[in-house]
Amino acid sequence: MKILTLNFLTCARKACKPQATSFPLHPADSTLEIQESDLNIIFLQNILPRLDWPALISITTELGLPGLQAEPPEAEDLVVKEGGAKAEGEGMEVTEKSEESEKEASQLGKDLHRLLIETTIQEGKLMCACCGHEYAIKEGIANFLLPSHLV
Amino acid sequence: MHDSSEHKQERGEAYEEEHVHTVYEEIASHFSSTRYKPWPIVERFLKDRPNGSIGLDIGCGNGKYLTVNPNVYIIASDRSTNLVQIAAKHRPHSAVVADILDLPHGNHKFDFAISIAVIHHLSTSERRIQAISVILDTLRRPTSAGAQGSKALIYVWALEQKGSRRGWDEGDEQDVMVPWVLKGAKGSGDADKTFQRYYHLYKKGELEEDIQKAGGIVLESGYEKDNWWAIAGPRRIEAR
Repeated sequence: MKILTLNFLTCARKACKPQATSFPLHPADSTLEIQESDLNIIFLQNILPRLDWPALISITTELGLPGLQAEPPEAEDLVVKEGGAKAEGEGMEVTEKSEESEKEASQLGKDLHRLLIETTIQEGKLMCACCGHEYAIKEGIANFLLPSHLV
Repeated sequence: MHDSSEHKQERGEAYEEEHVHTVYEEIASHFSSTRYKPWPIVERFLKDRPNGSIGLDIGCGNGKYLTVNPNVYIIASDRSTNLVQIAAKHRPHSAVVADILDLPHGNHKFDFAISIAVIHHLSTSERRIQAISVILDTLRRPTSAGAQGSKALIYVWALEQKGSRRGWDEGDEQDVMVPWVLKGAKGSGDADKTFQRYYHLYKKGELEEDIQKAGGIVLESGYEKDNWWAIAGPRRIEAR
């Protein structure tokens, strides 16, 4: 399971969902694995505004992963800035051109790809801070089926 | 309408465990090998989503719809671990094991949802309506300030399918068992094994009715090759 996925998961229990503490779920006893994949910087830029950045910070801290900046980055921070002063004077045309050409990922872009897409939890648990229930992750798959007494 | 004798067992969660979940877990690999072609309306719906949209595929099966649009991000879920393991291979998306009635997703967060050939496996009217209401709960609501809400595409098997190999039509029993034959491996001497899956066949207008009962709005609906489909949205947040 990707770290990105955790940004869109809460406890499955109806009673927990309205409680702020049901998100994010807290990883425990995690075995992490890097699964390399092609970097798609435009995809990362597109989903960036939808990330809950504070939740991402708390998860990376809990997993002991390298720290993230306190403030969420802007989409343009994920790519290497183009041509500096020269580009500035030429207005719209340059903007269009740069959108068409391949964007080169900045170090931050590469780091986020590694963290969100390539870093996976292979084995472990996800704990709800609201009810304390733990969901198992096995072979990279998280299981949210509830035991009957919790439904 | 009378239930046939095999339906005497009371329907609900335990019934679905036996007649839906266990079956899919057993036939997962064979089922998956027969499910690769996306249906046109689902494909269109997914391709129309703006880049960077975050969506759900509820009851994703083998994840065949996860290959349609690589510019959105989908968190897929299914009851069957074996099917989720297949679905999880489709990048950049994700897949988890979950029950449609207890989804591990926050309310009013997602840009779209699809639930294709899933709701018809719930065995009571109440549970089908509840499932639709859970799907609608995941969607962003339209606001009185004019912000658009998000949409769900729901697909169910139709009762009216006279031309199909099953041949059901208007007036027939809607709660049926449908066999899945798992062939024994060639030369192994293993006999073929037949599994019975439960389906509720939707009649004309019933899906729209269920969406309304679930508190949703039907935005578009229709019939495509033996299935009824609808695009539904949550109601507006009322100004207080």
